[in-house]
Amino acid sequence: MTAYLAKRLAIAAATLVLASVVVFAVLEVVPGDPARLMLGMNASAEQVEQLRTQMGLNDPLLLRYLHWAGGILRLDFGRSYTYSVPVIDLVRERVIVSLPLALIALALSTAIALPVGLYAASRHGRMGDTLAMGATQFGVAVPNFWFALLLVYLFAVWLRWVPAGGFPGWSAGVGPALKALALPAVALALPQAAILARVTRSALVEVLSEDFIRTARAKGLPWRAVLWRHALRNALIPVVTIMGLQFAFLLAGTVIIENVFYLPGLGRLVFQAITQRDLIVVESVVMLLVASVIVVNLIVDLSYALVDPRLRHGR
Amino acid sequence: MKIWKTALCAAALALATGTAALAARTDLVVGVVLEPPHLDPTAGAAAAIDEVLYANVFEGLTRIGPNGEVLPDLAESWTVSDDGKVYTFKLRTGVKFHDGSDFGADDVKFSLDRARAENSENAQKGLFAAIDAVEVVDPATVKVTLKHPQGSFLYNMGWGDAVIVSPKSAATNKEKPIGTGPFKFQNWAKGASITLVKSDAYWGEPAFLDKAEFRIIPDAAAAVPAMLSGDVQAFPFFPPDAVAQIKDDQNLKVVVGSTEGETILAMNNKKPPFDQLKVRQAVSYALDRQAIIDGASGGLGVPIGSHMPPSNKAYVDLTGRYPHDVEKAKELLKEAGLENGFKTTLKLPPPPYARDGGEIIASQLREVGIDAEIIPVEWAQWLDQVFTKKDYDLTIVSHTEPNDIDIYSRPDYYFNYQNPEFNKVIDELNLTSDEAKRTELLQQAQKILADDAPVGFLFELPKVGVWDAKLEGMWQNAPIQANDLTKVKWLD
Repeated sequence: MTAYLAKRLAIAAATLVLASVVVFAVLEVVPGDPARLMLGMNASAEQVEQLRTQMGLNDPLLLRYLHWAGGILRLDFGRSYTYSVPVIDLVRERVIVSLPLALIALALSTAIALPVGLYAASRHGRMGDTLAMGATQFGVAVPNFWFALLLVYLFAVWLRWVPAGGFPGWSAGVGPALKALALPAVALALPQAAILARVTRSALVEVLSEDFIRTARAKGLPWRAVLWRHALRNALIPVVTIMGLQFAFLLAGTVIIENVFYLPGLGRLVFQAITQRDLIVVESVVMLLVASVIVVNLIVDLSYALVDPRLRHGR
Repeated sequence: MKIWKTALCAAALALATGTAALAARTDLVVGVVLEPPHLDPTAGAAAAIDEVLYANVFEGLTRIGPNGEVLPDLAESWTVSDDGKVYTFKLRTGVKFHDGSDFGADDVKFSLDRARAENSENAQKGLFAAIDAVEVVDPATVKVTLKHPQGSFLYNMGWGDAVIVSPKSAATNKEKPIGTGPFKFQNWAKGASITLVKSDAYWGEPAFLDKAEFRIIPDAAAAVPAMLSGDVQAFPFFPPDAVAQIKDDQNLKVVVGSTEGETILAMNNKKPPFDQLKVRQAVSYALDRQAIIDGASGGLGVPIGSHMPPSNKAYVDLTGRYPHDVEKAKELLKEAGLENGFKTTLKLPPPPYARDGGEIIASQLREVGIDAEIIPVEWAQWLDQVFTKKDYDLTIVSHTEPNDIDIYSRPDYYFNYQNPEFNKVIDELNLTSDEAKRTELLQQAQKILADDAPVGFLFELPKVGVWDAKLEGMWQNAPIQANDLTKVKWLD
């Protein structure tokens, strides 16, 4: 187990270093001058040059990389060019929206996907299976911004149960905040649920054809017990993998949904920073996201070991 | 007993809500497309800053009114010396900043000197370039001496970039703006909204609204349900292409006004073949403005023939100078030795007027034999490649600064256009403060540009505002990019 853990940690560290180089390099290549963007069309070339020097953009490349990467090692993520506040403050303000949203969406998606997957697998090849898989096909195919707009028109414009968008902040109370996150969470969860349900089903179908299932049934175990205790547990590895990937996606890849609901989340922060060439925000937030993806993957890897005792002893 | 209590409570509640319903609303949620990068209008070019703070939180010596007129603001009145070089401003007294400190002549001197200083962050330093010295005569009088007479000086002092700030709070205005206006800053939830509340210590007529929240809604698809659901009650710069989806709603009002945004097809005047007048004229003849307006501004833009908004009193209608005429365009190309047409590129920044207009213009150019390859670019790329490095053939952009006809006289501007005759008119304009003479010079300048066709003049960007039908006092036009809420109130 220790060897397994050590190997995972080493890989994670290497990935982080590599990612930092790639992120930095890519943003160097992208055209566009943050100083010119901040000053606009009417500013003179000297003014722009002066601001570039102030912002440290005229320093040599390697120096800037080391400065930035060194800062991150000391947990100093730099200051935003446009907002001129520490990046970590911006991230903190956004995470309190994005993280709960991602967790709610993931919980919702899992709560829908597992029963549907189980049901479809246990009805393998029959009418119920076909219907359930048809529905998930629909869920995968529907563009999520369109689905989100449908939800908005139904629940916000017509029924007026929830606001059409925006986020009042947690200071406005848990009730209003959760209300604001309800539609985005549903819009995010359904396509993910569809994917997860399909994965659950195919994993289960495969496991259900194994010999030990036949043995379990032959020794007279009830079907439910076979399904839950023997089949599901053995089918969990692909399911947990997908859930890990989905969580990473939900945390940062939700810029479209955040735009439709104008939520101040992490995805929009990065998007905004890219269009404004707020390089330091892009670099630092992307690194934080890379780190969080790596952590999630690590947790997923470790959970494999929990699910599958063979992995604990490092094959 | 318990029943009585409940009934009493219910009655009291009914009474309370009943009286509340009688009084008019005093809160407003305003939708804005872009979030300001920070909240100091004197330290950034972004129009989004002024859209929240101008006139509401910050005030200048003068201010620009709803129709572009110059009005007194913190300066009650002023006199101009006969040579047009000395402006003496009489300031209002009893004015306080939102932090409680008194406003006076020292603050004016501080603000103007700070804006024009060597290391100033001001994005419009040009506004202050003519100032030679700012003197405090007494606590309520400021004398500004110019290096040369400047006709637009009073107008310039009304820009958001020229608002008066206090030396105590100037350094922190980006996060916590302190001004003298009828609203004071309350809260900025980054990425979500900015909230202003009424200032009780305001020197002038107090605002009707107690609270105004600017909610950031970048996506046009989200702006529509936000208005329809009543979450947002006013959207002063509504995406024009989304208007069709809300104009049937009885509770909402769609108000189309004018802006200072001349939308143009810019040509690189130094790059062949656009260095030839005949080619530029051919491009101008090839343009069918109405088709472009229909496709790129929902049919709401107003055609222009030179660089001047039709709402300006110096405007001359020059749209007839190069009417849409395919044959004429082909003929001119032939005379220029390009009878087989030519290949070129058209770089398009992200706004819909450019992306949608670009498709239409490319097809119109193709009709006369010009094959323009469309290259979509981001704003950052556009500023870098087109505006700074002048690496482009054709591009579409809207110039939203007011009174900006002088950009055609700037050396090194991205049009690469130079005409000594035009520059002479602009130089003279800068030295003239007589209104009639200024109008004459502005008209002369418009005509030179129309003839020279340094760019293809397309249309004036419309301002489409949508707000609750019961709301009054919103600006119809946008002489500057601002959302002045000082006169806004709910009816009934």
